[in-house]
Amino acid sequence: MTGPALSWLRANLFNGWVNSAVTLALLYILAGLAIDIAGWAVADAVWSLPAGDSAACRAEGAGACWGFIAQTHRFLLFGTYPVAEQWRPALASALFVALYAVSAPRRFWRRELLVVWVVGLALIFGLMGGGVAGLTVVPASQWGGLPVTLILATIGIAGAFPLAVLLALGRQAKGLPAIRTLCVIYIELIRGVPLISLLFMASVMLPLFLPAGLTIDKLMRAQIAIVLFAAAYLAEVIRGGLQSLPKGQYEAADALGLGYWRKMGLVILPQALRLVIPPLVNTFIGLFKDTSLVLIIGIYDLLNAAKTTVVDPVWLGFGVEAYLTVAAIFFVFCFAMSRYSQRLEVDLNQGVRR
Amino acid sequence: MTDANGADFITLERVSKRFGTFQALREVSLSVARGERIVICGPSGSGKSTLIRCINRLEEHDAGRIVVDGHELTRDLKEIEAVRREVGMVFQQFNLFPHLTVLENCTLAPIWVRRMPRREAEDLAMRYLERVRIPEQARKYPGQLSGGQQQRVAIARSLCMSPRIMLFDEPTSALDPEMVKEVLDVMVELAAEGMTMLVVTHEMGFARTVADRVVFMDAGEIVETAPPEPFFANPRSERLRQFLAQILRH
Ligand SMILES: Nc1ncnc2c1ncn2[C@@H]1O[C@H](COP(=O)(O)OP(=O)(O)O)[C@@H](O)[C@H]1O
Ligand SMILES: [Mg+2]
Repeated sequence: MTGPALSWLRANLFNGWVNSAVTLALLYILAGLAIDIAGWAVADAVWSLPAGDSAACRAEGAGACWGFIAQTHRFLLFGTYPVAEQWRPALASALFVALYAVSAPRRFWRRELLVVWVVGLALIFGLMGGGVAGLTVVPASQWGGLPVTLILATIGIAGAFPLAVLLALGRQAKGLPAIRTLCVIYIELIRGVPLISLLFMASVMLPLFLPAGLTIDKLMRAQIAIVLFAAAYLAEVIRGGLQSLPKGQYEAADALGLGYWRKMGLVILPQALRLVIPPLVNTFIGLFKDTSLVLIIGIYDLLNAAKTTVVDPVWLGFGVEAYLTVAAIFFVFCFAMSRYSQRLEVDLNQGVRR
Repeated sequence: MTDANGADFITLERVSKRFGTFQALREVSLSVARGERIVICGPSGSGKSTLIRCINRLEEHDAGRIVVDGHELTRDLKEIEAVRREVGMVFQQFNLFPHLTVLENCTLAPIWVRRMPRREAEDLAMRYLERVRIPEQARKYPGQLSGGQQQRVAIARSLCMSPRIMLFDEPTSALDPEMVKEVLDVMVELAAEGMTMLVVTHEMGFARTVADRVVFMDAGEIVETAPPEPFFANPRSERLRQFLAQILRH
């Protein structure tokens, strides 16, 4: 151990016999916990099982039942999607990840990227739904697992973001009191209601208002609810950015004769959005996790698929393994988003000394 | 004062402006001829900024008439746009766009408002950056420049729109003393080329050498207007005498 680290330890953890005793006691407890967890998750874990037989996991002293995840991972990842066709949701999920990856580097932020996204999403929905290129039709009610989560989150963010920008601009529009009031009412109404109740409304009430004969499938309705919900929150985040810009930026753009939309698009929004990257990504991450609430209206996203596997009498009692697996998948996506936003913030602020 | 065609270039007729209950401008009238250089001075809070900001509609006047090169400023957005295309403005705080490079700051409006091809806009911007003597900073961001350099970029940015009138609102007040001259030099050159200019400043040396007329404002009114010679030598009003005594004492 190096000198500074040693003196830090002495100064903070072992200064005086009371502190030393507390430190040692805590270390003892932490070490015990770590050993227990490692024993459960690795040493005593059951890695493989005979098909449909959980006896080994129920034996005395058995640890984590990873064999259960190994057997049910297909349902976990793809829900009730027909087993023979599950390469399709697998490929769709991979396409999503590929789309995220090509969108990340700043040098790819051009008009062509929009085309890539449109093509990518068309491929994804073609794969999932079928009915094209000889693929059998799989109705959305049978979609499930990871691709459903990715669809809800991605389209949720992509749809909510432009709507949020318009709402934020509308709420700031000085000369247009009607539009301003509408935006305020929308934002406050939506923010005042939990997402769950919006999802219920979308799944139960919306069909009542639709003209007879017109039906929108449940997934689409949930998607619309998520977009509308997220937009209200994002709008407030963006408004914060708009407000924190000095008045001089608006005035300089006006004085140059840029006009409203160019002023906003070229001068104000690029700066305002940069300022709010952290809370923006915070909202994105929240939204990504909130999509799991769709299990309330019976959509088989990742979490609901996990919940369903545990209901099977064979696997009853192995909820921890299933939920840990789902949590790990959520964590990978959310953590990636968080790290990416930190890098982006540094990148975008290069050369911009304030 | 009228120009060769017998028409004023900029006309303000009994212009008033209030902020809430505070009367910032009281029936101000002023005519500016093409090519004329006007310096506006007066104590802080006397309405100098408000006056020139009304000319490009950054502030909306409540009463009176403002006509700029035949365009009357009303609610009509078309007229406002037309006026803003002709009028450039330089602010005390520069107000450059910090997320764009110096060159992009200068080409933004020509490309998006004048629909100029990018290459042409860049050539134009480089010409003006040379005129304000900082072409070597074109690829930097505003935050990397000194105050004097930023203000010169701001002047170049305005000039790229080929304005016929330039408004300056205390362009040197936020600068360290050693940078004031580099900005004033650029403004003097601009005046020598015949640009119509309205300059709010307390640089009395600039007023003496460049101005055709100096306007003194106090409490939202134009108190006195005169060519620099009589303005400084024989102030008529007591208020101007006091003001000059104060600023010339230093
Ligand atoms: N947006 C505003 N809201 C309220 N009061 C303002 C606003 N802008 C200017 N004023 C007031 O109007 C008066 C004149 O301001 P200004 O034209 O900026 O003065 P000057 O430029 O001569 O110092 C000041 O008293 C100022 O406080
Ligand atoms: Mg002022």
